[in-house]
Amino acid sequence: MRIATAFLAGLLFGLGLLLSGMTDPSKVIGFLNVAGKWEPSMAFVMSGAILVSYFAFRLAGKRDRSWLGETILLPSATKIDRRLVLGGLVFGTGWGLAGICPGPALVSLGRGDSEPFVFVAAMLVGMGMYELYERCPASRMRDAG
Amino acid sequence: MTIAWDSFTPWASLGGGILIGLSTAMFVLLNGRIAGVSGVLGGLLRPAGADVAWRAAFIIGLLAAPFAFSRVAPLPEVWIGADTATLVVAGLLVGVGTRFGSGCTSGHGVCGLSRGSYRSLVATASFMFAGVVTVYVTRHLFS
Repeated sequence: MRIATAFLAGLLFGLGLLLSGMTDPSKVIGFLNVAGKWEPSMAFVMSGAILVSYFAFRLAGKRDRSWLGETILLPSATKIDRRLVLGGLVFGTGWGLAGICPGPALVSLGRGDSEPFVFVAAMLVGMGMYELYERCPASRMRDAG
Repeated sequence: MTIAWDSFTPWASLGGGILIGLSTAMFVLLNGRIAGVSGVLGGLLRPAGADVAWRAAFIIGLLAAPFAFSRVAPLPEVWIGADTATLVVAGLLVGVGTRFGSGCTSGHGVCGLSRGSYRSLVATASFMFAGVVTVYVTRHLFS
């Protein structure tokens, strides 16, 4: 059951990205282009999404188990550290270069153009590099220090 | 600053955002998890992951979206301006950055802000800031 609901959630998420215009890099770059011709649509995407999920997370926060009986796992980390900010800055730089973030990248694979494949392949290599870094024992000492 | 009225789509974007919100709502209330795309995908790259099935199902749902969308309406036009070298560099930065910073536009931007997470607010501000600076540098300083 939770496999089916995960598929439906992914599908709905993807449909939302397509309808909202988030899969069009020129719209995303237009939103980030505050010094030029600004495209405000992305603010409406974020507002619409947060409007709905705000109530869902309030509801989920009061429960231990989901409606399907799964444990509700909400992030417990609260620390604002170097990793969080540096990671955000690195991600934002890549996002601004191509106008593509992970969700739209995956959705765009299904359109059959070649560019999303190049982007997703590089993104997976980047994620793999992070996994290797995490497994390197010295990384924990560096982060702790 | 001028507004790009010719490409502005407030209603479609609000509607799409509501669908994204319904997806994250459904995911947390039924599966008990955060619908953060980089986290769901990144978890698949970990060995001995017990959560492979639902992660893969979520990703397959995303991949199936254009097919389902095109049954109802024509797929929206997209314009990818980046060349191959830029796509590779951008993809690497997005891959490393989202995992290192524990989330992307969906995990921090949508789910985190909805939960009132201060950590996600800082993360969202960081990537928005870097995105704005990058677009400024590439579109206005060196173009």
